[in-house]
Amino acid sequence: MTPAEQLAEVAPEPGVSKPDPILVVDDVTRAFGGLKAVDVDHLEVQRGVITALIGPNGAGKTTFFNLLTGFDQPDSGNAVFDGEVASGRSSHELARKGMVRTFQLTKALTKLPVIENMKLGATHQRGEHFFAALLSPLWSAQEKEIESRADALLERFKLDHMRDEYAGTMSGGQRKLLEMARSLMADPRLVMLDEPMAGVNPALTQSLLEHVKSLRNEGITVMFVEHDMDVVRDISDWVVVMAEGRIIAEGPPDTIGSNQQVIDAYLGSHHDSALDLDADVLGGEQS
Amino acid sequence: MTLAAIDWGFILTQSVTQAFDFNAVVYALAAIGLNVHFGYAGLLNFGQVGFVAMGAYGMGLSITLWQLNPFLAVVVGMIFAAIFALILGLPTLRLRSDYLAIVTIAAAEIVRLIARSTVMRPITRGAEGLNEFIGPFRDLSPFSASEIYGLGPIEWRGSQFFAVVVGWILVGLSLLLVAQLMRSPWGRVVKAIREDEDAARALGKNAYWYKLQALILGGVIGGLGGMVQALGNATVQPDFFVAPLTFFFWLVLILGGVGKVWAPVFGAVVYWFMITFIQNTGRQLVDEGLIPTSIMDTSQIDQIRFWIVGAALALLMVFRPQGFFGSREEMALDAR
Repeated sequence: MTPAEQLAEVAPEPGVSKPDPILVVDDVTRAFGGLKAVDVDHLEVQRGVITALIGPNGAGKTTFFNLLTGFDQPDSGNAVFDGEVASGRSSHELARKGMVRTFQLTKALTKLPVIENMKLGATHQRGEHFFAALLSPLWSAQEKEIESRADALLERFKLDHMRDEYAGTMSGGQRKLLEMARSLMADPRLVMLDEPMAGVNPALTQSLLEHVKSLRNEGITVMFVEHDMDVVRDISDWVVVMAEGRIIAEGPPDTIGSNQQVIDAYLGSHHDSALDLDADVLGGEQS
Repeated sequence: MTLAAIDWGFILTQSVTQAFDFNAVVYALAAIGLNVHFGYAGLLNFGQVGFVAMGAYGMGLSITLWQLNPFLAVVVGMIFAAIFALILGLPTLRLRSDYLAIVTIAAAEIVRLIARSTVMRPITRGAEGLNEFIGPFRDLSPFSASEIYGLGPIEWRGSQFFAVVVGWILVGLSLLLVAQLMRSPWGRVVKAIREDEDAARALGKNAYWYKLQALILGGVIGGLGGMVQALGNATVQPDFFVAPLTFFFWLVLILGGVGKVWAPVFGAVVYWFMITFIQNTGRQLVDEGLIPTSIMDTSQIDQIRFWIVGAALALLMVFRPQGFFGSREEMALDAR
């Protein structure tokens, strides 16, 4: 049974347990002054599928992402990533353990060539130690191997023509592709994409979507924040909805739009028709 | 009152001598260190003179206080600079880059003021400075202190020629070290942190630790500059290490081009050439009456040469903001 098929038997309720979770979150909270930005009782992320995290503006999605990836530390609670305690760990430790994220505003290293951007992604490089760096023979063989891996990925993401250009010369969409390709250099088990489609030219959206799907086909778990409901419906296997810092609903993408909790969260509690979740209602969060 | 009366040969000889003298070496080493900090790791260090002072005092005290041998004294000087980097870096490098800038500028002054304080007089000899350390180094020197050495018209006395030779060897070694590091994966991580620290962290790099390493490396290279200063002047005086000196190191770095391995050396040589050239030319112009004393007299040349250097730097920033060897292409990426 594929991971996606396993999910079909899971009840669509918030905090429900999954057959094979890669990430388990318990009682995670984060407050900024008096505002409780994140207050998640329980969440499990199924291994090997694409999970979308949606919610109205200010729901705490990005804060939650930062907490999970070590870019911010929760006030309380804990997270377990693939059997290991993840909360309290720093971002670079989590990345080395296989949880790699991208950013809503892309972080291409503008003054490094594209190929150097890619090579940076590889973990456990011997030449990254100060004294080993002084002796090229200690790392040049590994460097060659990393470079050929980087070249293969650049070809797959159709960025090989940009190989030796500065990353700063790339378009917004190309930067998204580069960031995704670069994260694959780290051999991730869980990829966390913060608004992968934001600011991407529509012509590139389809290609980005295909790349996200191809991650799943390789057995990599994907979790992403997104506003565009067409995208969410198209690629996700499971949708988690956040509002006011809490997880209010979970379920397969085709049924989540008719969930009363979700409708209330997006449109206010006095709305009585089914929610037409389209980009016009949900779009436009750029922070 | 003719231009022909000006002794261009003398002016050029003086200028070239100064361009390669140990003072230029001090500036070059300090600027190589700053280049590691700012050009590669993106760290804003406005207290490089503090690292230079730590190197000089570490070496000097090793001999006057602890009677170590000269080679160990150099190692102690490097350790002093490294400890200074730890003191500055440990609390600030987790914060935004401007915090390091604030802390360094203050810390460099603190080093100087402590060294010249009366409390420290038994150790650092206060404002008078350390003088008795030079003997063991003179003994190491293959050059006779009183003889004249050099190439053609460019000459040094043996006592200073030792500092010049040792200094340029240190510059060469520092450049090799920086060049090797920056072409290695270590350098790639450091440059990535300069571009975007969060991106580096998201890819599993411990940004804090790399920034600390870069701060130590650049600080130790600056410390070597302090040691060359001590050798050349045969003294370590606190008031040599005044805060404005840091900004001359920055000037030298920007002149050469930020983020290019040997650009700071070029910057230091050009800077010392310009300063000496303007000073000597100005002096002769006044002496020959080509500039009337109602406009400027010889005692004012010291200030006016900095005006001219300042104006030249301003023009450089307008027409060639990347410095002599910096990359315009890279600079343009910042504007996007």
